[in-house]
Amino acid sequence: MPLDVVLLARLQFALTVMFHYLFPPLTIGLGVLMVAMEWRFLRTRDPLYESMARFWTKIFAVNFALGVASGIVMEFQFGTNWATYSRYVGDVFGSALAAEGIFAFFLESGFLAVVVFGWDRVSPRMHFFATVMVALGSMFSAIWIVVANSWQQTPAGFHIVGEGLDARAEITDFWAMVFNPSSMHRLTHVLIGAFILGAFFVMSVSAYYLLRGRHEEFARRSFRFALVLGLLASLAAPISGHFQADTVARTQPAKLAAFEGHFASGPADLYLFGLPDVDEKRVKVGLAIPGGLSLLVHGRFDAPVPGLDAFPREDWPPVGLSFQTYHLMVALGLFFLAATGYAAWRLWRGTLWRARWLLWTFVFAVGGAFAANQLGWVAAEVGRQPWVVYGLLRTSDGISKAVQASQVATSIVMFLVIYALLFAVWVYVLNDKIQHGPELAAPRGAAATPRGLLEAAGSLAAHGEASLTATERRS
Amino acid sequence: MDLNLLWFGLLGILLTGYAILDGFDLGVGILHLSVKDDTERRILMNSIGPLWDGNEVWLVTFGGALFAAFPHAYATAFSGFYLPFMLLLFALIFRAVSMEFRSKRPSPAWRRFWDGAFFAASTLATFLFGVAVGNSMQGMPIGADREFAGTIFDLLRPYPLLVGVFAVATFAMHGSIYLYLKTEGELQQRVHGWMWRTFGIFLVFYMFVTVVTLATQPSAIRNFAELPWAWGVVFLSILAIANIPRAIYQNRPFYAFVSSSCTIAALVFLFGVALFPNLIVSSLDPAWSLTIYNAASSPKTLGIMAIIAAIGMPFVAAYTGVIYWVFRGKVKLGSFSY
Repeated sequence: MPLDVVLLARLQFALTVMFHYLFPPLTIGLGVLMVAMEWRFLRTRDPLYESMARFWTKIFAVNFALGVASGIVMEFQFGTNWATYSRYVGDVFGSALAAEGIFAFFLESGFLAVVVFGWDRVSPRMHFFATVMVALGSMFSAIWIVVANSWQQTPAGFHIVGEGLDARAEITDFWAMVFNPSSMHRLTHVLIGAFILGAFFVMSVSAYYLLRGRHEEFARRSFRFALVLGLLASLAAPISGHFQADTVARTQPAKLAAFEGHFASGPADLYLFGLPDVDEKRVKVGLAIPGGLSLLVHGRFDAPVPGLDAFPREDWPPVGLSFQTYHLMVALGLFFLAATGYAAWRLWRGTLWRARWLLWTFVFAVGGAFAANQLGWVAAEVGRQPWVVYGLLRTSDGISKAVQASQVATSIVMFLVIYALLFAVWVYVLNDKIQHGPELAAPRGAAATPRGLLEAAGSLAAHGEASLTATERRS
Repeated sequence: MDLNLLWFGLLGILLTGYAILDGFDLGVGILHLSVKDDTERRILMNSIGPLWDGNEVWLVTFGGALFAAFPHAYATAFSGFYLPFMLLLFALIFRAVSMEFRSKRPSPAWRRFWDGAFFAASTLATFLFGVAVGNSMQGMPIGADREFAGTIFDLLRPYPLLVGVFAVATFAMHGSIYLYLKTEGELQQRVHGWMWRTFGIFLVFYMFVTVVTLATQPSAIRNFAELPWAWGVVFLSILAIANIPRAIYQNRPFYAFVSSSCTIAALVFLFGVALFPNLIVSSLDPAWSLTIYNAASSPKTLGIMAIIAAIGMPFVAAYTGVIYWVFRGKVKLGSFSY
């Protein structure tokens, strides 16, 4: 395929959105844990909880800043690269985006300032309130963006006005648009994915501290908080995934057929893994539960499910990519369930902290959580192809007419350079913060008491040189 | 109530909010290399530390509201301004990141690099905003199909470039007054000198841009015949500009800051009056211009968005007020600082 402007624009979108999506799910997940930790602090006034809240807030802030910076790109990109699409969907999409800006962005960015910089400027209650607002704001943001994206998957509450070049979707029923057939199931799944990532991130850093014998009480408590969230979210993920697949079966049958490599209409198998071959129209070297998909969708092993042969060839999504990303996501989801379930059992037995191999698994498992969030979106978006608005507007018709391939290619190169740099700096700064570790917070207003002084001295001694230079830096 | 007009006005409010609020923090970035040492640079960055992110949200919301209310204008402008918008994005990303990462390492080379990036990104972003305003005033080659039919060189004409430089001068002045409010001691004494110098530069450019605009851009006062009260805004803006040196002289920096905010608000207002009812003027054929009527979403969407804005904007005003109240006063470097 030649490097045409459609392919380049899609590559650019994939690059920028995948980079962006490293950060929002992490901040959503961390936000929930920060609220829980700070709430415990308010209830118990135990300074260790405060130092947990402060430490994870710092990590949150770094990710939030990168999320904002990379998020502006997404908003501009609809207009720069996808002008025709913007004209087509603006009337419908617009309300959701405007709601996101007004309800979510102002909320989170405003209160984030209090959360990050306001520890000594506001009361603990006010600070807790600000943390709750930031956590809510990041979820509101997810709500509106998933609503808008779901409308592209399962359009509802609109009618088409105009013809040919001037055709566009206009809203007829706002609430039908918001509660389109897929939005709530997809939103639930996206939030669950974010909770899993936040939990696995905290467990990864905590496990690392435990293995290195540093900040042990801090790490054990953080790990327990995250394990509760991670286990609950991992339990909920397959359930929500099932409801979502059910919606896909009803609303986007071609996507479901691509997910499962189901070529010929009829009873459908459920693959554990496989290699779909589009030319031979079958799945090679796979392992499947015969009739499994039919069972999940219709409750019977022999129920017919429309295969890819039910759709014109030009309406097929890319089968291989949809199939593999979907299956990898499912496999990772099962791994999360196994890992958190087993860790919870070991915790209950009181043997978790001795299981070094399990802690090492958690140090690296966060990579899987990042991957699962990305893979799920790739499956959802690639599976929607060749449509940008399902059944209404083809991706190839959605691009900007005034933009040439060379311009897109130039900006891709610029994005690659800048994102590679950002990625390196992100890893560097996160590592720096993690190596530096939490500060044991002196109780508010009690710095002069012997306990406060002792703790301050203890934490200074523990960190040695690092904390001396850290007071110079923004720590 | 004409919803199209309402949304033109609301976009104007969002743009004004953005220009005033991000204006001072971009201005601080433009002045960033003018201070002597590392501690002073940290004071500059921390003067805007908790606020820049919220300020930038005004731009994000402006973009979202433009997309929603006038999708054709959004699509035409963003795809037509492709490379300038990409540059703007890079500038905004670099700005955010250089603030976030500058003070993370003590190494002087590391800090010098991010200081330079912060200055360059702030200046470039401000300049590009000015260029965009200048192009909107002058009109662009927009075809009958609503698509931009020119090249990048059609955007880099003398008038837009002049407005770009004017924008840098304006925000530098606005930023220096803000810094005067936020600093103390010997640094504040030097910032006092910057206020005079940046005001002088601003005044020269203001007069020059005004003369050039009146001479070369007939659209600038085209609507004044129907809106005689717009002359009142012109008069008030002159009073506001005159009040800046008066307030500096009387050592009442807060009034100087209010005056420079009013000056910026008046400039955005006059820009809106010059455009109205167009959003993007076609230099090829006036009939092809995108107006607040032919580029708009349906009345139903504009109505829904008006409800969303009516519910949301009071909250936005409340948070903005609370945040500025919490972070009032002079900058103190502490353990949470940049």
